[in-house]
Amino acid sequence: MQLTEKLRALVGDPDFRQGARDMASPSLGLAAWGLVTGVTMVKSGLSIPLACGMSLLVFAGSAQLTALPLIASGAPLWVLLATAFCVNLRFVIFSAQWRSYWAHLPRWRRLLSGYLSADLNFVYFVKRYPDPVPRPGQQRYFWGGVAVNWPTWQVCSFTGILLADRIPTHWGIGFAGVLALLGLSYALLSERMLWWVALTAGAVSIATYALPLKLNILCAIAAAGAVGWWLDTRKAKA
Amino acid sequence: MSDALTWVALFGLAGISVLTRSFFMIGEKPLPIPGWLRELLKVAPLAALVAVVAPEIFMTQGQVITTWQDARWPAAVAATLYYFWRKDILGTILVGMAVMLPLKLGLGW
Repeated sequence: MQLTEKLRALVGDPDFRQGARDMASPSLGLAAWGLVTGVTMVKSGLSIPLACGMSLLVFAGSAQLTALPLIASGAPLWVLLATAFCVNLRFVIFSAQWRSYWAHLPRWRRLLSGYLSADLNFVYFVKRYPDPVPRPGQQRYFWGGVAVNWPTWQVCSFTGILLADRIPTHWGIGFAGVLALLGLSYALLSERMLWWVALTAGAVSIATYALPLKLNILCAIAAAGAVGWWLDTRKAKA
Repeated sequence: MSDALTWVALFGLAGISVLTRSFFMIGEKPLPIPGWLRELLKVAPLAALVAVVAPEIFMTQGQVITTWQDARWPAAVAATLYYFWRKDILGTILVGMAVMLPLKLGLGW
């Protein structure tokens, strides 16, 4: 089959379309987040080619935003990479879950899928396929999400880079990204036990905020996991 | 950092993106994942999201906010009420921003 025909078949596929539709619903928040990342990259001193390169290469908003002050202050490379690794540790946890869906794919496909899977891709994917087993249509659903997520992020990030001087930082439009994550968190509260998990995560993250390398995020995940485990074993005994 | 070194850093960061996001998918054989890690997997997405969101709403420059004149908490409350009314994320964002922007730009909260 010709490449164009293949692409046309993919775009018409119901799983692909569903993936794209699901990813479109939080895209306003994603757009604002990308815009703010773009503005911040330039405001922290990156030249326009470097800022564009960072957006295209790194493709990870939270890691980018964390890395910027370190680049600006001339931190050693290993500190920069170690910090980005810590901020991205949640993806390491997600990747164990991705493996149960993608293990049958060749390695380059696994790495490519992994590289392109941001938070939103993961959240929507496990919401649609809660059982961690391969099923037909999963790859097409995933690529539908990527087809919306990646261009939205890049276009808005580039817009932010070019408009850097015109959008005042004090408007705080980055908060739209926070609101998007808030809505997603609520969407994940499927069991009563998970409310306690969420409360624990929020409280611990704030209480340990002073830790370096954004380790508060990991502390919060670990504490929330412990609470979830404790509540599950208690329920199993009852 | 010089421009050349910054490019090196950017490629390094891209490598970190690939490494972390495919961490458990790199090998052909599955790495053994202990039971406590499996339990963590069930709650990790929710916990990670809330862990990122909570400081963004309740903290300023590393300190818990002590004033009620902060545009973020009314925005978060409005967004929360809207979410549980309509279960719609786009509307949640719009309602939250509609509450935040006037408070922030109009009243300077």
